[in-house]
Amino acid sequence: MIYFDNVSKIYNDGRSAALQEVTFQVAPKEFVSIVGHSGAGKTTLLKMIIAEDRPSHGQVFFESLDVHRIPKTKLPNYRRKIGTIFQDFKLLPHKTAYENVAFAMEANGRTDAEIAENVPHALSLVDLDDKAWNFPSELSGGEKQRVAIARAIVNQPDIIIADEPTGNLDPIATYEVVQILRKINDLGTTVIMTTHNKGVIDEIERRVITMDGGRIVRDDSTGKYVL
Amino acid sequence: MVTAFRRVVKAGFVGFWRNAYVSLASIFVLTIALFVIGATMFLNQLLGTSLATLQSKVDINVYFVPDAPLEEINRIKAAVEALPDVAEVKFTSREDALAEYRERNKDNTIALQALEELDENPLGANLAIQAKETSQYESVARFLDEQRELEQPQTPIIDEINFARNKDSIDTLTSIIKATERASFIILGILLIAAVLITFNTIRLAIYTSREEIAIMRLVGASNMFIRGPFMLQGIMYGFISGVLALLLFYPLLIWVGPRTAAFFELNLFDYYLVHFGEIFGVLVGIGVVLGLVSSTLAVARYLRT
Repeated sequence: MIYFDNVSKIYNDGRSAALQEVTFQVAPKEFVSIVGHSGAGKTTLLKMIIAEDRPSHGQVFFESLDVHRIPKTKLPNYRRKIGTIFQDFKLLPHKTAYENVAFAMEANGRTDAEIAENVPHALSLVDLDDKAWNFPSELSGGEKQRVAIARAIVNQPDIIIADEPTGNLDPIATYEVVQILRKINDLGTTVIMTTHNKGVIDEIERRVITMDGGRIVRDDSTGKYVL
Repeated sequence: MVTAFRRVVKAGFVGFWRNAYVSLASIFVLTIALFVIGATMFLNQLLGTSLATLQSKVDINVYFVPDAPLEEINRIKAAVEALPDVAEVKFTSREDALAEYRERNKDNTIALQALEELDENPLGANLAIQAKETSQYESVARFLDEQRELEQPQTPIIDEINFARNKDSIDTLTSIIKATERASFIILGILLIAAVLITFNTIRLAIYTSREEIAIMRLVGASNMFIRGPFMLQGIMYGFISGVLALLLFYPLLIWVGPRTAAFFELNLFDYYLVHFGEIFGVLVGIGVVLGLVSSTLAVARYLRT
């Protein structure tokens, strides 16, 4: 479903490379964790998938679509197929939890009836029914991340991309977030997640791609955290 | 489409209230800018009216000899009126001239006694000629001089033309009027540019605080128009509210200033404000809305480039 073909990203100074000759693919319904030290290229890799960053060489495919050949005007449509989750949550600060989730559907052009039905559903999936009308500043880190997950899944995307989703969370919130991501994966959505939390990797027991210096150095089908 | 429009409008209003401080700052600056623009407009009006008043006070007087035949006077009057540069010609008969003289000197017993000594009216009729523009007096004066040269030397009709006497002051006035007009035009231009730049910068800063939000909106797949719409609406709201506020500010100010300008410039600005309210409203609110809309559209565009 996602295919990286010999992708490199070299910065303007011509020497430092964020990605070097990365080739791998992700099958539908897979749960892939990408691990590595900071600066290993994990985030750059994810940015390639959502077309936030362009490769210097190589191509990235989403199904049969060359991601970096999508015209600018069609990019919003493409991004609606992907749910994104970030370490810093990236919630809209002036919108309540409910409105944050609803916004993703509004941007998608869904009807009010669909929004009224799906938003509470998504919020209850992440166990936040009672915090729907709170603003992000009134929520804990774990709660914010769960709002972000609800927002990511509300449009029923084909794939969820999570960049260090547990990076800012305490162990209990981390456990909850990982359980939710597993549940989403069990329901049939592909998940690609970066992390450097050993406990998370060992807990999931799924495919692990290890990166170092912009290269893929290991790819284990039921990996452990080896670094 | 309708749903998207409704959502954009709603998001615009909600954003306006939830960013109340930022909105307030933008409205404040925009109000001041519009106030300055409005004040310049009033000032221009004041200048324009006082220039017109001054110009109407400038004229050329043709004094006829007392025994000038009426048909000759009428012939010259008709000829002058036919000139394209002439706005108005006012005829004062001998009797009217005498009455005016008596009126003017009603406290001066010597002058009146002197008048009693004479058995006939010593004053001739006269014409007061007003040109459309001060610069056109020269050509009117030249025409009158030509008329005078055509006269029979033994029976003169025109006694005196006072343009030559006033020429210097008329010339000075003309150049002052022109310079003032030019200066006020330049000042208006500079103020306008300053107001536009300050407004643009303030709104840009206001939207700078939203740059994270814009990035997030793009990530969840919002189209550019969907992101831009609420900011554009907010720009329009800033402009509208500021325009109305500037208008409200002028009200008490002009109540106070009006009588003073009436005394000095012969134009009561408050009356002018009331009579031309629709026009002033249109200009101020219109400039405000355009300024707010353009500023916010340009400012958001910065964060929508990929």
